[in-house]
Amino acid sequence: MRRYIARRLLLLVPVLLGVSIVVFMVLHLSPGDPAEIMLGSQATQEDLERLRQELGLTEPLHIQYVRWISHVARGDLGRSLWMRRPVLDEVLHRYKATLVLTASALCLSTLGGIVLGVLSAVRRDSLLDRLSAVTSLFGASMPVFWLGIVLMVVFSLWLRWLPASGMWAPYGGGDLGDLAAHLVLPAVTLAAASLTIIARLTRSTMLDILSQDYIRTARAKGLVEGRVVFRHGLKNALIPIITVVGVQAGYLLGGAVLTETVFAWPGVGLLMVQGILARDFPLVQGCVLVIALTFVLINLAVDLLYAYLDPRIQYE
Amino acid sequence: MSRRFGRNRLAVLATLVIVGVVLAALLAPYLPLADPDTVDTPNRLSPPLTPGHPLGTDEFGRDLLSRLVWGARISLLAGAATAGAAMLFGVVLGVFGGYYSGWPETIIMRLTDILMAFPYILLAIAIVAGLGPGLRNAMIAIAIVGFPIYTRLVRGIVLSVRGREFVEAARALGSPDRLILVRHVVPQLISPVVVAFSLDVGAKILATAGLSFLGLGTQPPTADWGSMLATGRQFVILSPHVVLLPGLAIFVIVLALNLVGDALRDLLDPRTYSR
Repeated sequence: MRRYIARRLLLLVPVLLGVSIVVFMVLHLSPGDPAEIMLGSQATQEDLERLRQELGLTEPLHIQYVRWISHVARGDLGRSLWMRRPVLDEVLHRYKATLVLTASALCLSTLGGIVLGVLSAVRRDSLLDRLSAVTSLFGASMPVFWLGIVLMVVFSLWLRWLPASGMWAPYGGGDLGDLAAHLVLPAVTLAAASLTIIARLTRSTMLDILSQDYIRTARAKGLVEGRVVFRHGLKNALIPIITVVGVQAGYLLGGAVLTETVFAWPGVGLLMVQGILARDFPLVQGCVLVIALTFVLINLAVDLLYAYLDPRIQYE
Repeated sequence: MSRRFGRNRLAVLATLVIVGVVLAALLAPYLPLADPDTVDTPNRLSPPLTPGHPLGTDEFGRDLLSRLVWGARISLLAGAATAGAAMLFGVVLGVFGGYYSGWPETIIMRLTDILMAFPYILLAIAIVAGLGPGLRNAMIAIAIVGFPIYTRLVRGIVLSVRGREFVEAARALGSPDRLILVRHVVPQLISPVVVAFSLDVGAKILATAGLSFLGLGTQPPTADWGSMLATGRQFVILSPHVVLLPGLAIFVIVLALNLVGDALRDLLDPRTYSR
């Protein structure tokens, strides 16, 4: 197990290197001069020259990359042109909000998905099972930003049950209840599609497992049904479920960009979109890098979880 | 086979919806619709069923039905074209990566690994950030982000086919690689790739709409469904229909595409028959 973890950590190096190259190249994809794109067509020659010097755009590409990555390794993501502050400070400041949103959505979709999936498998072809099939089809076809707006219209504007946007009330608030009230709609919006996917996978895996011989044996020896389903069934279904939960975590991090925009949730996704529209490349790079790193670490955690959950898995 | 598809009534209905929307999009210039860009400020934000504007008007008084139909041209084209480009590129790389072991395989597979190390929509947004906002750049970004799925799928199949007897036999008979690939390997790919593509078009329509919603895709005054939603958002309290209708259009067409994709999968690939 320890050797596996060491190997898996070692494998992180090329992935991180690749991710950093892609993030770096983002700035250099544009066919024109990045300085001109950032400052717009009305910038003076001096301004352009100053920005080129500041970002090191006059040097060859590989040198620029080496310099950039060595700065990144020291925790220096550059300065935001738009906010006039170090990018890392701003990104980390917003990172908490994104983590709160995606982690809540992930918990919601995982727990909800597993419960719904198990119930659909145990009560196959019941009304609940059919309803869950229809919902999952809807979930996969609905634009997340549209669902967000619809929920906002219904629960904030018409029913006035929940706040429509932001993370905290502008006056007063600031406590956990305030955060929870603001979190409900964005978290449900973000979790919806993943929940249905996890539910469908849990259902089909559970159906496979519940038809196995050892389940019949467990029932034959008189175990309570709940114990058969959860102890013998669900525990063995966890590996594929965790795989899809890992994939969904990545989807949620991406979907958070759209959800944060709809609900003005002050996270990294919203910051990135603002950065793009303000042509603030260092800020955009910082946001992409932080989200991509989070995704890589989640994948690592999922792989390690496999080894913990199923000792039979041989890692070579 | 078509009879089995016909038995799936939902899939038939979905096919009819798709055909209807595609026809409307193609025939938009010949349909008796108002001009989608004509501003009529006195009649702004009219509700649906207003005389002359069956689905109402938007914040500039432009006819919503007409904008939805013209928007369908862009949204459908963007979805199909990006999925098509991703498929072509992904399949070619997957065939090479699977058939030729050694450095081509290593390079291709590491490239896909790296691209898949990013959340899908995040990478697309990052690429648009670099290329600059606009529909063409958004489509390029989505196609780039989309090809690794096909590469993985195709490489897996090619790897398993490569060692099969009929390929070995062809090689023993002296067939050149090109002939083996075209005659024996590629035919094995058709049905899984068709299934993946049919499910992918809907996903690509969603992705393009998402980028347009963020202001990174279609630029005004041209409308696609995503950008209509984005601009309509500010008027959601007064006139929810300007937001609900474009969203509904995206939802219905993607739902229809997913239903047809699912039916095709059950039809062409009995192993993954969904229970």
